[in-house]
Amino acid sequence: MSWQWIVPLISIAYLGLLFAVAYHADRQAARGRSLVNNPTIYTLSIAVYCTSWTYYGSVGRAAETGIGFLPIFLGPTLMAALWWFLLHKIIAISKVNHITSIADFIASRYGKSPMLGGMVTLFVVIGVLPYIALQLKAVAVSLDVLVHHLDDFLSMKGPAAPWGDTALYVAMILALFSILFGTRHLDASERHEGMVTAIAFESIVKLGAFLFVGLFVTFGMFDGFGDLFGRALADPALHRLMTFEAIPGGYVAWFSMTLIAMMAVLFLPRQFQVLVVENVNPSHIRQASWLFPLYLLAFNLFVLPIAMAGRLLLSGQGMDPDTYVLILPIQGNQVWLSLFVYLGGLSAATSMVIVEVIAMSTMVSNDLVLPLLLKFRAAFRDDLSGIILTIRRGIIIVLMLLGYLYFRLIGESHTLVSIGIISFAAVAQFAPAILIGIYWQGVSRRGAMGGLVSGFIVWSHTLLFASFAKSGWIAESFLTHGPWGIAWLKPQALFGLTVFDPLTHSVFWSLLTNIGVLVAISLFDRQTAVEQIQALNFVNVFDKGARGGNEYLWSGFVSVAELKRLLSRFIGPAQAEIDFANYLQHRLLKLDEQAQAPAHLVAFAEKRLTGAIGSASARVMVSSVVTGEELDLHGVMRILDETSQVIEYSQRLELKSRQLEAATRQLQEVNERLQELDRLKDEFISTVSHELRTPLTSIRAFSEILRDNEEMELVDRRRFTEIIIKEAERLTRLVNQILDLAKIESGKMEWHLAQVDLGEIARDAIDATHQLFENKAVRLRYHAPAYPVMLNADRDKIIQVVINLLSNAVKFCESSVGAVEVHLRQTSEGVGVEVVDNGPGIPRDELEKVFEKFHQVDQARDETMDVPLGTGLGLTICQRIIERHRGRIWVESELGEGATFKFLLPGDLNE
Amino acid sequence: MPMMKRRKERLLVLAVFGALAINYPLIALFSRDRMLLGVPVLWLYLFLFWLGFVVSIALIMRRLPLDKG
Repeated sequence: MSWQWIVPLISIAYLGLLFAVAYHADRQAARGRSLVNNPTIYTLSIAVYCTSWTYYGSVGRAAETGIGFLPIFLGPTLMAALWWFLLHKIIAISKVNHITSIADFIASRYGKSPMLGGMVTLFVVIGVLPYIALQLKAVAVSLDVLVHHLDDFLSMKGPAAPWGDTALYVAMILALFSILFGTRHLDASERHEGMVTAIAFESIVKLGAFLFVGLFVTFGMFDGFGDLFGRALADPALHRLMTFEAIPGGYVAWFSMTLIAMMAVLFLPRQFQVLVVENVNPSHIRQASWLFPLYLLAFNLFVLPIAMAGRLLLSGQGMDPDTYVLILPIQGNQVWLSLFVYLGGLSAATSMVIVEVIAMSTMVSNDLVLPLLLKFRAAFRDDLSGIILTIRRGIIIVLMLLGYLYFRLIGESHTLVSIGIISFAAVAQFAPAILIGIYWQGVSRRGAMGGLVSGFIVWSHTLLFASFAKSGWIAESFLTHGPWGIAWLKPQALFGLTVFDPLTHSVFWSLLTNIGVLVAISLFDRQTAVEQIQALNFVNVFDKGARGGNEYLWSGFVSVAELKRLLSRFIGPAQAEIDFANYLQHRLLKLDEQAQAPAHLVAFAEKRLTGAIGSASARVMVSSVVTGEELDLHGVMRILDETSQVIEYSQRLELKSRQLEAATRQLQEVNERLQELDRLKDEFISTVSHELRTPLTSIRAFSEILRDNEEMELVDRRRFTEIIIKEAERLTRLVNQILDLAKIESGKMEWHLAQVDLGEIARDAIDATHQLFENKAVRLRYHAPAYPVMLNADRDKIIQVVINLLSNAVKFCESSVGAVEVHLRQTSEGVGVEVVDNGPGIPRDELEKVFEKFHQVDQARDETMDVPLGTGLGLTICQRIIERHRGRIWVESELGEGATFKFLLPGDLNE
Repeated sequence: MPMMKRRKERLLVLAVFGALAINYPLIALFSRDRMLLGVPVLWLYLFLFWLGFVVSIALIMRRLPLDKG
């Protein structure tokens, strides 16, 4: 069997594998397990940059110019350093505005201009179609070369395969793939997971194959780099390839190639597709911006060695240097390696074609076909959602066929490199409109359009037509004598400029006119309202405050139902219903179907439409249902002014609401405290009334006994009267203390702070309680320093505290054996008094409670009369007074060993 | 945000430096028909530059505590 059969079968098997990968990825995505949400896959998909032009063409170019192929990859490397902010901004703008292609990006930036979008699309098709043709050619040529050499090498000759034209079949298979995996969703801003995964897979295959062949050639056919380069350097024909001498155009051409490659890596339709449209998460840029240049580095490492090896081993055999990669392994007896290399080349070509065609189909359908279609059918209200996808699919087939025809037409006349360069230079024409447009608001629609048109005219004249002339499609006198014999219009020496090589010449003139016209017109132009708003939105995409104004473009009237009907025409009724419901729910809105749609809803519908049919058509469609006049520039500017005021107001409002929140929180806390106090008050009142009732009840009971028993003995009568008096006294004390406590707690108590001597206070208190001690025969000792202990305090209150402590102490002491000691202390913490008794002591768990209101220690009862000794408020009042003086009071005690009450006051309250 | 801004500045300077390093006149210094470490000087220079450039981007891109996601 001939290789003529085997190689195509292997190719088809490989493409089948590609379908399987894409299908698997789409299935995973449908299950919610996205494979492409991964920075490495993202980076690999960007590597669609490396086409068969890289794969075969670089070696071809290196064989003739040495390192002359490198700017194509050094440019993107430099650009990758800028991705973090430049690409980030482009992605952010595209996500916000549902942008799906470069044409849409430029159209949207310049006032959603259908004209501009259509123009860019046309330029893309003209500029990039040859590039697609180039890939098909690479596939066809590589297959032919491989088959030819393998058959030769293995001396096999079989019958010719029935398929004469591989390129056509490949083109059709790729069209099928693009249709299956590239036109799944109506909304082109949705991602194509299957396609991206397949592209990433192809990037691994092509890099792997190229590295393999590089390693094999360098280390298998030669003894490593030293041997290979050494022999090349020794060869007089190759000697000059090691320096800049070999590069046509020298340093200047090197520079201009780097420059256009920098632009191409961002603005080629396929690059924009994978970098921006298929981007899942902008943070993936972080990894891509170093991994992608590293990928390029790895890819280019062996280009020069392979080229040198080809020149050394294959020169003189009349072979195209573009095919060295394929032939070298066969020369080295590695049939399988050559097949692998062929598959690598196939992946490089197919991945490029697939993504490019999908990107271009979105562009052509949204910016070229749909605007025309809608122009004629705007009046109809039919459902277009099915038609749009069919249109895109049709466009894919047409583009693929056009690419094929171009390949047939241009045939053998060009090497791979020159076609690619022409495309790069074409794409560079978009750079000014995009890059200047996202940093300078002032670029106007007419400026961008003028720049693009003039840039393209110059590009066509100096590169495209010149290449036609070289291919013999137009008379060669066009090149040598200029069009119509006008010498200063010679395409490679415009205005007599001859210092540059043809590429630099073209890049220089085209970018000069492009940027010059763009800036000049913009400076003298007035932007319309839409333009101003879009410029503002694009330039300030990261600035949330400055963005907006979009919704003010719609001031007319349209009902909710009508808007929904419009949307469902393009994305289907079910989807439109879901989108509206989601949006309204998100905004917590309830709208009647017949109600007037608020401006932001109209803006939302427009954005949703943009994803499906492009910004220009979306705007046209929305304005076809919105009735009423469009805002003029003046109106919009006024509104924008108001917007900034509104923003300021809303910021103030935010501040106020934050303050309000804080106030509410405080209020809540206060309220909780109030409720707690209320509860305490209720408790207090019920306790107080209980405490008051106890002595009252006993007074009343004993009085009644006295009244009812007139013959009662005098002893009893006296005893009862004694109790009545005691209880009455206790009642008075209780009422006084309750009043005191209430005063302190409500803050109504008056405090007379003055410099007082604590020693004097203690002595006064001892004098006041002297009688109590005498009565019970309890000894009292007083220890105090000889000097006065001064502090700032309310004298009467502190005396009250000490008296209270002393009377408590004496109360709990047994008569005659009881002893109480009073110590006056001055420490670094402050000054204080200790009252030590040798009474029964206080149980450990009661130590804290003795200061609580109405708390009575169980033992504290009058043994003879069985009535409580205290009121249960004395210590509470002491505590309040001491706390008011910022001091503290506490008790230390062991059961059976007496108790020590202590209080400590800060030395001088004024300090 | 100041760290993010600083990163942008670093990247810009790196790109400018890179563009200078691989263009005339600096690159002319390496355009010699001699070998160094068994490879042509120009080739060696460009690939070492390339590697250095990639490492520099990676270093500047290191995750900052500020970054989300």
